Amino acid sequence: MERVSNGRGTDAPIKPEKTEVTLGIMALTDCAVLAVAKEKGFFAQQGLDVRLSKEASWASVRDKVAVGELDGAQMLAPMPIAATLGIGPLKVPMITAFSLGLNGNAITITESLARRMSEADPNAMDSPISAASALKQVIAGLERKLVFAHVYPYSGHNYELRYWLAAAGIDPDEDVRLVVIPPAQMVNHLKEGTIDGYCVGEPWNGQAISSDIGRTLVTSYELWNNKPEKVFGVTQAWHDKYPGTHQAILVAMLKAAEWADRMDNRWELAEILCGKDYVDAPLGVVSASLLGNLRALCRRPAEPLFDFNVFFRYAASYPWRSHAAWFISQMYRWGQLDEAVDIVRAARDVYRPDLYCRAAEFAGVHCPHIDTKTEGSHETNWVLDGIEMGRDLFFDGSLFDPTKVVDYIRGFEVNRLCVDLNDLTRINKASDAQ
Amino acid sequence: MALRVMLIDQNRGRVAILEQALLDNGYEVVARSSVEEDLLQRIAQVAPDVIIVDMESPDRDTLESMRSISRDQPRPIVMFAEKSDRISIGEAVKAGVSAYVVDGMSPGRLNAIMEVAIARFREFQALRNELEETKSRLEDRKLIDKAKGILMKQKGMSEDEAYKVLRKMAMDRNIKIGEAARNVIIVADLLVGGS
Repeated sequence: MERVSNGRGTDAPIKPEKTEVTLGIMALTDCAVLAVAKEKGFFAQQGLDVRLSKEASWASVRDKVAVGELDGAQMLAPMPIAATLGIGPLKVPMITAFSLGLNGNAITITESLARRMSEADPNAMDSPISAASALKQVIAGLERKLVFAHVYPYSGHNYELRYWLAAAGIDPDEDVRLVVIPPAQMVNHLKEGTIDGYCVGEPWNGQAISSDIGRTLVTSYELWNNKPEKVFGVTQAWHDKYPGTHQAILVAMLKAAEWADRMDNRWELAEILCGKDYVDAPLGVVSASLLGNLRALCRRPAEPLFDFNVFFRYAASYPWRSHAAWFISQMYRWGQLDEAVDIVRAARDVYRPDLYCRAAEFAGVHCPHIDTKTEGSHETNWVLDGIEMGRDLFFDGSLFDPTKVVDYIRGFEVNRLCVDLNDLTRINKASDAQ
Repeated sequence: MALRVMLIDQNRGRVAILEQALLDNGYEVVARSSVEEDLLQRIAQVAPDVIIVDMESPDRDTLESMRSISRDQPRPIVMFAEKSDRISIGEAVKAGVSAYVVDGMSPGRLNAIMEVAIARFREFQALRNELEETKSRLEDRKLIDKAKGILMKQKGMSEDEAYKVLRKMAMDRNIKIGEAARNVIIVADLLVGGS
């Protein structure tokens, strides 16, 4: 494992090359770190004058960051990887040195689908596994294809939804129809019946439940405990030009994340986020997930969901290269990536824990000394370099070993693999040997 | 055969201007909308060759997913930047327009249509800026009159003197005179409120 922090303190002050920056955000609860950095003065503390620009689509975020209209932005974690590898419309090298949070998504379905599932299996709502099997039974008896929505082809939401369906033997490309719908339009589409369910971040699950339109079935936390969600992304070229500004932003975000993570600040956080400049939704709905109350909304006796939104604890802000590798494994699994690439190298190019650690040292925040970790092996909280880490189980009990990504990819029963697995093995062996 | 163009733009005024320009250039506009309820269905119905989308439309993410669900639409759609070499994506983003085209369309045909779209979007933006400037000038005018009134009443100045004070405040603080007037009004309001 690679050491990313040399442990030496630094007294050199950060010198931002430019102090006026515009950063893109989306109207989602997990823009929290950026919102707090702005509203609670953490950006200003670093000498930055930051304007947050609310964007209408992830495509717009990508394009504006790519051409420099935005200095950086809240991004779906797979986005900088997709942009760097040239999957999708633009090939522009992007990096991230900061994860904006863990967890935060959920799968919500219509009440009528929930009823059918309960008819098929009275215990359908007990766990993600029983829910998916009940869904499979319902699908077998239906004439039409069920329609599920997510938010973007290169998103945790897409991969979570597919992972969950596929675990029960439902082929997400054959047995159901997957569509992309902007988050803010999800609830309406569910109400109109144009879709039967969706996977989205908050407050759009809470919104459906509080207005009796849908039932939240599974949270992303239950699918994969403490999974990475959004990141702060910039282009490689922007970072090369403004490394000091980037570092100042990272320091401010670390302090903001620490603030946002404290439960006694969560009500104030909800008040900030429900405003027009951010999520623009009722306070009660925005606060539910932040205060860990989504459990009541799920209507299922479950463990408390205080970890539904994690912004700082468990080294949540740290950009794990193994997370990047997991996203790449999903890009292969679902046929988004057909070219064999060196996965370790790609993860290293895009995910930059070295930059994180430099900022963390400056902010006085503890930094893990490794840049990859296994997923699926900790069923309770554990300790890494004095940092309390969260549990990391997948709901199907699988294990992700970042040193064996190709084997992991090979193991998917339901898949749309387009890559030549021999090529992939060869290229990744060469990298292991280095 | 004329290219079939679909327009998605939240701004009704701009979409009308663009539609006219495209018709004048011999294109066929098969659909235009400001809000698309079921976008995928609509696209399947009208089978456009090109979809021009306002950069700020939330529907762009749906369009970007169409390549991966091409059975909904037998003609796979790609973003223009992939095939376009003459028009940079930067220009289009700055103008606030993006486009999706049927895969395999020749870059020349696309460039021609993007040029029209970018030009109209820019033109519309210029008009809007002008309108906003006029509005803010009128607004400033009102503020300055009000601030002059306050100064004349409180300090017993003439109108000319009051204006000179405002102008000096603006120059000293490197702000617009309208802004200086606003400050005078705020301070006066505070004093009134406090007494």
